Amino acid sequence: MTPRGLRIQGLKKRYGSGDAAVDALKGVDMTVAPGEVVGLIGPSGSGKSTLLKCLGAVIEPTAGKMALGEDVIYDGEWKVKDLRALRRDRIGFVFQAPYLIPFLDVTDNVALLPMLAGVPNAEARHRATELLRALDVGHRAKAMPSQLSGGEQQRVAIARGLVNRPPIILADEPTAPLDSDRALAVIRILNDMARQFDTAIVVVTHDEKIIPTFKRIYHIRDGVTYEEAGQRRTP
Amino acid sequence: MISLAGRDIMHSWGKFVFTGLGLGLLIGITLSMAGIYRGMVDDAKVLLDGSGADLWVVQKDTLGPYAEPSSIYDDVWRGLRGMPGVEEAANITYLTMPVGTRDGAVRAMVTGIAPGGPGTPGWPPHLVAGRPITRGHYEAVADVASGLTLGESIQIRRHTYTVVGLTRRMVSSGGDPMVFIPLKDAQEAQFLKDNDAIREQRRRTAENPAFQRPGVPGLLEAISASQGANPYVNAVLVRVKAGHDPEEVAAAIRRWKRLTVYTRYQMEDILIGKLIATSSRQIFLFLVILSVVSSAIVAFIIYTLTMGKIREIAVLKLIGTKNHTIVGLIMKQALALGLIGFVVGKISATLLMAPIFPKYVLLLPLDSALCLAIVMAICLLSSTVAIRIALLVDPAEAIGG
Repeated sequence: MTPRGLRIQGLKKRYGSGDAAVDALKGVDMTVAPGEVVGLIGPSGSGKSTLLKCLGAVIEPTAGKMALGEDVIYDGEWKVKDLRALRRDRIGFVFQAPYLIPFLDVTDNVALLPMLAGVPNAEARHRATELLRALDVGHRAKAMPSQLSGGEQQRVAIARGLVNRPPIILADEPTAPLDSDRALAVIRILNDMARQFDTAIVVVTHDEKIIPTFKRIYHIRDGVTYEEAGQRRTP
Repeated sequence: MISLAGRDIMHSWGKFVFTGLGLGLLIGITLSMAGIYRGMVDDAKVLLDGSGADLWVVQKDTLGPYAEPSSIYDDVWRGLRGMPGVEEAANITYLTMPVGTRDGAVRAMVTGIAPGGPGTPGWPPHLVAGRPITRGHYEAVADVASGLTLGESIQIRRHTYTVVGLTRRMVSSGGDPMVFIPLKDAQEAQFLKDNDAIREQRRRTAENPAFQRPGVPGLLEAISASQGANPYVNAVLVRVKAGHDPEEVAAAIRRWKRLTVYTRYQMEDILIGKLIATSSRQIFLFLVILSVVSSAIVAFIIYTLTMGKIREIAVLKLIGTKNHTIVGLIMKQALALGLIGFVVGKISATLLMAPIFPKYVLLLPLDSALCLAIVMAICLLSSTVAIRIALLVDPAEAIGG
């Protein structure tokens, strides 16, 4: 088990109780090293979203262990008091749709997270601008989300996920609304950012175009994960 | 930290401004209603102030002369003037009636004032144009609210009067402009009948056997003459000498003259507490209804705005935004809406509604401040539904599945 990145052991999640109980996760094991991008694929109802919600500290698992970097965040119960702060400071999210805040411009959409963490506005905007430049959307810094193309919006969403330098990013079908070229561009960006910021990235996807780009892939079926070494192709 | 509420308002300013306009018109009506009530109270006070009296002597056991008919002999004032503490006493009559003008008729409170001059109780305290009444008959001083102009001829009963002076804010408690005429003319106007009625009265009197007394020559003529005269006035206005307690002077008059006497405080209580009490209750009810409607509108608008942002709120919660930031976003928007509404309401009430309203509308700064506080409280209260929904939003909604 790597000392950093994301580590999950025997993670279980049960919805309901008694006869109506449903075991969505039946003991998931997963490790993602810093700087690594892994794929998580599986059919509908396999438990992908439940796993993502557990990893994102949005729902509480029923059993198992989760560690982020050197910190155990779940071991039969949450080991972190402030889950909001955990999500804000140590977990980045990239969604299927960008879900940018429509009334904030591109810079402030990205700068909002460090601002929420108490970083002064000027410093937060500086960080956001640097990141937007790195993601090649620096020229749209003052644009509103509605003025961006789908690809630009997704890059801004990635910048938002990265801006607090979280050790892990959870990407929920980030290429679903994009065409092949843009989808591959997004995966390329995620790989670059993972390397650059030493971030562990989990990409949940159905997108066959991008599956070959992962070095490692976790298949999930009926709440259980199986690891498969990917045939990595440069995106 | 940036202001999320401010950014959202700036982003969708059109929605906020137009909603605020609608709400503002409602608040404008609310402010105007409060202004109408204040105007009614002010009209009542102005009527009392304008009379220049400390005491109102009226028919025993009546609420006269403004709230109930009162009739006392027109020589009572002589006896009152000799009582301790009385500086001046003057007869007065009030009769609300249509006054004929060149453009038709205007409803006015025709006030008969005793001979004297400016400063005599009952006389208008100041004129904005023209001169006071100087002749014993057929001159009038009118309030500008009547629309009458200097030199204009007006018709009261069968006589024509010339407007020689104009006053301002001299109105009855009902808001009717006052028209001052000499007392004798007013007394005549109160009882004056048309020629047919006079002839009919004389015929009936002449045919009455009781008045056909051979031993009492001149009886019939004396009775006919008394029937055509009006020796009554509605009240006597009394000004108390400096250093005397009006209540003590009033008590003496009540005791020795067997008349009802009201002090300024009591008369104000009659006018405000009794005469306009029903109107006050109606206005208060309207204010309550308008407040409830405004609350419902604000609640609905804030609820709709919040429902339109559920996904953004889920994202905000997922990325670690604290509840109080989200509550602040909704609350500030509700307050901003209330503030826009109040500004629009205040402007519309002051510039649009008050000038065209047929009654005097008095918009007090204190009422405006109170209205602002109530609007803000309503907005805060109305936003609680939306806040509750926002707090119940599950951050997991931002993640698919």
